[in-house]
Amino acid sequence: MLSVQNLCTEYPNEHGEVVKAAQDITFEVPEGKLFTLLGPSGCGKTTTLRSIAGLERPKSGLISVGGAAVYSSSGNVFVAPNKRNFGMVFQSYAIWPHMNVFQNAAFPLEVGAKRYSKKEIQDKVMRVLTAVGLDQYADREATKMSGGQQQRLALARALVMEPKLLLLDEPLSNLDAKLRERMRFELKRMQRELGLTTIYVTHDQSEALALSHEIAVMNSGRIAQVGSPRDIYERPRNKFVADFVGLTNFIDATVEGPDEGDNHYRVTSGIGSLKVTSYDKFDKGDAALISVRPEDIQVHENERPQGDNVLEGTVSFKVFLGEYMDFQIKVGNREVLARVHPSLKAPVGAKVYLRLNPEKCICIADDAQLKKAA
Amino acid sequence: MEVVAKGHARPAAKPPLWQRLDFKWIIIGICVVGVAYLALMPLGFLLWQSFYTPQTASQAAEFTLANYTEAYSSVETIRLLGNSIYFAVGTAAFSFVVGTGLAWMNERTNTPFKSLFFALSIIPLIIPGILFTVSWILLASPKIGIFNLLLQNWFGTDYVFFNVYSMWGMIWVEGLHYSPMAFLIMTAAFRSMDPSLEESALMSGASVGQIAWRITLKLTWPAIFATILILFVRAVESFEVPALLGLPVGIQVFTSSIYQAIHQYPSKVGLASSYAVTLLLITTVGVYLQSRLSSRGNKYSTVTGKGYRPRAMDLGKWRYFTASIFIVYFGLIVVLPFLVLVWSSLQKFYSVPSMEAVHNLTFDAYKFMIEYPTLLDSVWNSLLLALGSATIIMLATSVICWIVVKTKMPGRWLLDNMASLPMVFPGLVLGLSIMVFYLNFDIGIYGTMWIMFIAYVTRFLPYGLRYNTTSMLQIHKELEESASMSGASWGTAFWRIILPLLKPGLMAGWIYIVIVSIRELSTSILLYSPGTEVISIMIWELWENGQYVELSALGVMFIIALFVLVMIAQMLGKRFGVKEA
Repeated sequence: MLSVQNLCTEYPNEHGEVVKAAQDITFEVPEGKLFTLLGPSGCGKTTTLRSIAGLERPKSGLISVGGAAVYSSSGNVFVAPNKRNFGMVFQSYAIWPHMNVFQNAAFPLEVGAKRYSKKEIQDKVMRVLTAVGLDQYADREATKMSGGQQQRLALARALVMEPKLLLLDEPLSNLDAKLRERMRFELKRMQRELGLTTIYVTHDQSEALALSHEIAVMNSGRIAQVGSPRDIYERPRNKFVADFVGLTNFIDATVEGPDEGDNHYRVTSGIGSLKVTSYDKFDKGDAALISVRPEDIQVHENERPQGDNVLEGTVSFKVFLGEYMDFQIKVGNREVLARVHPSLKAPVGAKVYLRLNPEKCICIADDAQLKKAA
Repeated sequence: MEVVAKGHARPAAKPPLWQRLDFKWIIIGICVVGVAYLALMPLGFLLWQSFYTPQTASQAAEFTLANYTEAYSSVETIRLLGNSIYFAVGTAAFSFVVGTGLAWMNERTNTPFKSLFFALSIIPLIIPGILFTVSWILLASPKIGIFNLLLQNWFGTDYVFFNVYSMWGMIWVEGLHYSPMAFLIMTAAFRSMDPSLEESALMSGASVGQIAWRITLKLTWPAIFATILILFVRAVESFEVPALLGLPVGIQVFTSSIYQAIHQYPSKVGLASSYAVTLLLITTVGVYLQSRLSSRGNKYSTVTGKGYRPRAMDLGKWRYFTASIFIVYFGLIVVLPFLVLVWSSLQKFYSVPSMEAVHNLTFDAYKFMIEYPTLLDSVWNSLLLALGSATIIMLATSVICWIVVKTKMPGRWLLDNMASLPMVFPGLVLGLSIMVFYLNFDIGIYGTMWIMFIAYVTRFLPYGLRYNTTSMLQIHKELEESASMSGASWGTAFWRIILPLLKPGLMAGWIYIVIVSIRELSTSILLYSPGTEVISIMIWELWENGQYVELSALGVMFIIALFVLVMIAQMLGKRFGVKEA
């Protein structure tokens, strides 16, 4: 449905220097899917979205929707944003303060290329306001709405024109935590029901994981990894993705060689010899980085568990967080963070056993190695 | 056959040029070209004229340096420069001291009657310079000044206590007239200062004097210097006071000399131009330094988000003293000038207030003015010019401002500077340059309302830009982008989103420009001709004719009209407020 190929966008900053905001961005979004651009601020996710919207003019590349190019550097095509028929929800919601709720939502129907009768506009607007639950507020001044209501209105305004593509720029970031979680579900339900192809930009990894069919993690203008939420979380392909999405322990290691089973390797590390999983190819002696999530570390108080990757450590300190506990455990000369059920009562200073599931110990090519290869 | 032929016809590859030209670029183009023309044309021709002999029917203009040699070889010019600087520095210093003192009293002490201070913000708007000057002549001239006559009566002497026709008299009148402006700027400076900076000095053990000297003054010095500079520039380019008070006794400054050079036979346009270029250099340096200071001032920016006001200093019994200072000041700047005009307007022939004169009060002067043949015309002209230029300026600058604030178009800083350029033009110099230009390029507008319209639009363009910029900066970029994503074209988005959101600034700027246009004198005085007089020109002519009584009647009506206008503006503008820009 949406295809972005080798997109590059740059713009001058206040000092006149060129900022390469998005470089060589390539991804495909199938019809009806929700695709998320995830990354820290300044990673180029918003620039990419704005390039798709047509609010930024890219330097090179190709953007096509349903087979028709809206931007192509080779074909010299640039469709103006108001001719693209994409709905967009802005971070600030951009609700026009001089119009009421109805007028805000009706605006796209009044100004678009297609002409609608008064009756049609009334029907369409009321239908979409009902869908977002704002039908009883149609006459209210837009500025009298709460944050959550403004967000719904922005969504209604983007939906009323029956867009080919829905673009969402951090739509939940201005809401308080409770509301954010509720709107997250609502947004997901609505997107799934309407089957609208959606591009979603966020810096919040839990939002991305909860909503998306597919996620592209971005870093300094480039895509670091594209994959399903599970892929991204469980099989990060590089240090940045492992670090940015979720919490993880990084352990420096040296590859010993392949281990039994597919994609398994044996490594030596600061906390001992480990059996790990990898989606890259490694040779003996390669430097590698092992990423293991705190919740994938089992902690046993008394008896030594059976299986691979069992280590011995001492509890350095622990933090009670309600639904779980964080244990900082000293293994060899390193600290390892484990997230465990609050029923574990091991006191500080106690000796504990750690078991690291080999499937969850992801072996990542170290940055140093990447540089060597380049 | 026809159908087939049509089927084979190439789809029109490109519509004709005029169709491809986007509406957006037409509007932007008109605004940019218009601003560039208005801003650069007068400057260019002023420079050109200053290097050429006047063009006459028999003789073409020739290159010459004679204007400059004539201007700069004479001792007269040195005196002129000396006088101008003396006058401007004196005025700036006087109005600054008065304005700052009042601002401090208002912001940082518990002086009674503080609510009256708000009036100070509208006085410069409702009492035009020429009327203020005339009323001070009636108050303090050596022969007919009420102050002098009263004091002479009391002491039984004929000693002249006050002489407004002197350098000090000029500085006094001009300084008083600009003091509300100094008050407003310094009030803003005091307000933007974080009181915790002073309080932490207090907690460190500093005395009030030490705080004032080492903290308050050091923090506000960019604001102080910028204020003095702007007062200096205003004074050096002011026309009314030097013309009415200086010329009769031979104290000349640049503005009055330019006026004289034009109004003698034969008029010396070249000489006036070379004076004007010098004056322009002075104001340019002043405005440039002032804007540099203001932007550098950001380093000292002491604005914080915290909303609390500093503790007002308790002056104890001294607060009656400061209150009396304020009352005296208020009397000098509003009550007495207005009352003397009212008094004079009710006479048949001007006479000093006395019991005898009270019996002769009459409304004849008002009757005379209302029946005055050209009054209606000049009111109509003033209104037409004021409403027309305010509307054009606000619409054009909204587009300019959009380009400057909202786009990344290359060269937009240049556009911004061009639109602000008329700021450095003293009104008289602008009038002169426009006169010179349209005398040389005769497109038939010289001597019509159009030339005055062009002059007004040029002169007040920077104010429109400033009001619009303030508003435009507050419009979030996404409000416009979401209109674009909704399918609105640039024109639709501008008309339905940008302009309505800009309304506060647009309205405030519009009203401000209407008011300053109606009072305008120094530009119009070189451009008007019979039939295109405006109200301020009428006042000027009445003065020249010695019709003081009639002038006073017109002045009183004028001030009342301006007052009503400003009040309407204030009511309309509770949210945005009109203020001296």
